[in-house]
Amino acid sequence: MKLKYIIPILFIALFTVSCSSDDDSDTIINEVENLKKIQELTNATHTVELFNTSGKFETGYNAISIRIKDNGTNNYVENASLSWMPVMQMPTMKHSSPKSDILKSLGKKTLYEGFIIYQMANLDGSGWSLKVDYTIDGINYSVDSDIIVMQSEYQNVTSFMGADDTRYLIAMIEPQTPKIAINKLKLGLFKMETMMSFPVVEDYKITLDPRMPGMGNHSSPNNTDLTYNLANKMYEGNLSLTMTGYWVLNLKLLNTLDEVLKGENVTEEHPKSSLYLELEF
Amino acid sequence: MSLRNIQKVRSIWSLNFNPTYLITFTKLSKYIALSGWEVDTKLSIILILTDGIVFYNQTTTMKKLITVVIWVFCGGFIFAQESPDTKNDTTKLDEITLVGRRKLSNYRQEKTLSSIDDYLEKSSKITMIKRGNYAWEPAMNNMNSERLSVTIDGMQIFGACTDKMDPITSYVDVSNLQKVSIGSGQSGSENGHTIGGGIDLQLSNSKFHQSGLKTSIDLGYETNGNYKTGGLDLEYSGNKFYLHADGIYRKSDNYDAGNSQEVLYSQFQKYNISLQSGYKLNDHHTFEAAVIYDKATDVGYPALTMDVSLAEALITSVTHKFENDSTLIQSLESKLYFNTITHVMDDSKRPDVPIRMDMPGWSDTYGFYSKATTNINKHAFEVNLNGFYNRSLAEMTMYPNDPNQSAMFMYTWPDIRTLYSGIYAKDTYAIKDDMSLSAALRIGFHQNEIAKETGLESLQIFYPEIGATKNRMLTSFTTNYQVKKEHYDVSLGAGYGERAASVSEGYGFFLFNSFDNYDYIGNPTLNNEKAIEANFKANYHENRFHLGLETSYFYIIDYIIGSVDNSLSPMTIGASGVKMYEALSHAKIFNVYLNSSYKFSNSFSLNGTVGYNYGSGSNNENLPLIKPFSYLAEVNYSKPKFNAALQLQGNGNQTRYSGFYGEDETPAYAILNLNLGNEFNLNANKFVLKYGIENILDTNYSTYADWNNIPRQGRNFYINMSYIIY
Repeated sequence: MKLKYIIPILFIALFTVSCSSDDDSDTIINEVENLKKIQELTNATHTVELFNTSGKFETGYNAISIRIKDNGTNNYVENASLSWMPVMQMPTMKHSSPKSDILKSLGKKTLYEGFIIYQMANLDGSGWSLKVDYTIDGINYSVDSDIIVMQSEYQNVTSFMGADDTRYLIAMIEPQTPKIAINKLKLGLFKMETMMSFPVVEDYKITLDPRMPGMGNHSSPNNTDLTYNLANKMYEGNLSLTMTGYWVLNLKLLNTLDEVLKGENVTEEHPKSSLYLELEF
Repeated sequence: MSLRNIQKVRSIWSLNFNPTYLITFTKLSKYIALSGWEVDTKLSIILILTDGIVFYNQTTTMKKLITVVIWVFCGGFIFAQESPDTKNDTTKLDEITLVGRRKLSNYRQEKTLSSIDDYLEKSSKITMIKRGNYAWEPAMNNMNSERLSVTIDGMQIFGACTDKMDPITSYVDVSNLQKVSIGSGQSGSENGHTIGGGIDLQLSNSKFHQSGLKTSIDLGYETNGNYKTGGLDLEYSGNKFYLHADGIYRKSDNYDAGNSQEVLYSQFQKYNISLQSGYKLNDHHTFEAAVIYDKATDVGYPALTMDVSLAEALITSVTHKFENDSTLIQSLESKLYFNTITHVMDDSKRPDVPIRMDMPGWSDTYGFYSKATTNINKHAFEVNLNGFYNRSLAEMTMYPNDPNQSAMFMYTWPDIRTLYSGIYAKDTYAIKDDMSLSAALRIGFHQNEIAKETGLESLQIFYPEIGATKNRMLTSFTTNYQVKKEHYDVSLGAGYGERAASVSEGYGFFLFNSFDNYDYIGNPTLNNEKAIEANFKANYHENRFHLGLETSYFYIIDYIIGSVDNSLSPMTIGASGVKMYEALSHAKIFNVYLNSSYKFSNSFSLNGTVGYNYGSGSNNENLPLIKPFSYLAEVNYSKPKFNAALQLQGNGNQTRYSGFYGEDETPAYAILNLNLGNEFNLNANKFVLKYGIENILDTNYSTYADWNNIPRQGRNFYINMSYIIY
């Protein structure tokens, strides 16, 4: 008699219990541990260590963490102020690239950080050098060394002449790890003022039309055009990626008067804008 | 009775309701909890269901109040009724009965080895939608998978293919089944929520016959498609123990349509093994276990752009049965089950595709049910408490023609978890011997969750506001009045039902539909689809003459269907665009069937059926896949050891086709079939022979239910042999 009552209850109990959800707890990631050393720049007194997540420089946006080691004590310097100057030596001329200031990493004692956007590279990675000037306790130091910058597989930076006869440079800053979702797209827009000066261009507009050439130029919905964010000096918008694979981000650059400086709309006849970036994931 | 136990039962319901429902469910759960213990008490239970127009009130005093005893009062009127389980001829019925393969000879002219699909198609209620020669999708009342509740012996099981290439009827074979129970509209809601009806594929009953070992061997061959079938069936039945094992193998090459036109990619190959066993503990308690393994490989889908390299299902269950006529609960059956399906679409056999892709899918379901029946005075009560948890995951990987580009990947079903718990209660009240009234109610809680973060984020591309979970309450209610007199019987019914959006409708991501050439995106914000239904059935018999009329009408609110969104760009190369699942404010579906038969003698009879169907939406467009005017006429000759039938079957011109939803007009057709059967006794053993010609005139035709108008089989000679060793 009892059995017939117990069994349904058992089923219910089993069922309710078996459907509990499992939650994942976040693990704390130590940023320093996940960095790889790119290169050391050494002078008589210090070793300047350069890090990023991949352990190498590639064309495009490079977020760089820096540490200065006192060669005498082997201690890391905590109170330096730094600046840098990347230089590309061409056969007939030389030029620099867009770069940020170097600031102390938030919450870190020995780490400083900034970014450099290499707009080009030789096939063998040669040609670039990096000069780092730094001041510790009022004393100026400098270190200068050749660096290796490899060509990225996809076009994540592009340099072009606008309709206003100005040379511009657009680089993808985010997403660094794209996903099937609405991604936050951040682009840097710089003007080539001189060979050595690449200031940020403010308050322009960049339109966005992502496409998959491998899927008949399939597009995605709910993308937004990019506008300038004064706080981080970048252009921000939404980038929808409906699947993994190779995407072309077709762009158009508009100035403050909404005049098109570069790029075209994508149509059947014109499948790709002359201003574009690429990504694959 | 302990409070803790009440809490346990209540916890199922305590998830996310609006307050009126909460009252309902608190009471209900209390009721269930009480049912588990012997209580000598007076109970008064009021169930109020604001949405469902239902008012329950029960006041009863009983010595042993055990199960959920619900007397349904509706507007002061007592609903209740009989248990109408008549086994009819398959051309006219609510219920197709698969009498074991061995008995088919004296039943109806059919192939002993026909597939479930063939069987179902014999019912006027059911149409099979065909994408090829295998795994047809059943449709009832002009509604298909999403609007039907298809179960195997009460077990929920969900196909793993995003393109509906694996309706669950394809994962069992006739050899596994005892009968197929079909309930039109809300009368099919015993096992789940439905709009169009329920199909329950029932496994064999307990067999404690003490008949010892019985073996049967079946062989079949059909000329069209070089279709070979072989089956072996072993059954041991003792006093306390039985074991039933069977296996069946089917293999067909491409079939030929009329005029010897070969239909490419229509081949298939499959086998099915099942093992059922039972142990009788004592007169009241029985334990049973069943395992079915079904595997199809190399299945072609001529109507689609992809084939299937693997469709594999493992279906398992354990059941406890209690039976005792002297207790208040006369029977109690509880089942715990698990099934898992793997489905792999593949296009490697197609020479010419715009892009190569793989589309695997998985579906796992865990569930239980517990159903009790009892008879009190003239009331027959039935209660079914069930629940399931399903995980549906499907993905797509595309390989670009440019080998330098990496593969493209997406989740087409982003790991959707569905949790359902519900209760079904039915009371059948015999007003008089020939008059009965029944009422049934199902209420349930339904939850969908997108388990993969990637899945949620990918759907948020289209619906930025959605969260990972969506909860729904589902209600259905039906009532039926029946009169059975000597010369006529009449049945009148009305019902209300709701269903949740299916996984594809709610969460599908760029699912290509070759029927209308659109990519489909699911809509997680869809409301429940609701249907108000009325049905009427009447039969008249006079001597050898029979006339029957059957009709039903559905008024469906928030009818879910794809609607073109011109702002979206298709993913599938060559697709016309993208459709999002939306809801029409309403749709109407109507059908009427008239059948008649005349017996010239005990062995010679004539019967015929004509049917008309209608369906349109609130946008004044015809609904797709609505059956045009159809007819069937049959001459039967039947002796105990021999039978023959000549059959004419056809459809009228599909004038009300739905151009708006991608249909074209299917022309009228008619085909002629001849079926013959013999039965011999060899010593103590039996030999059954079935043979015949289908589509005698080799007509080249397709019906409204053929995906992309692929033509059906041309002339086909078949022969099935069964040898039964006792």
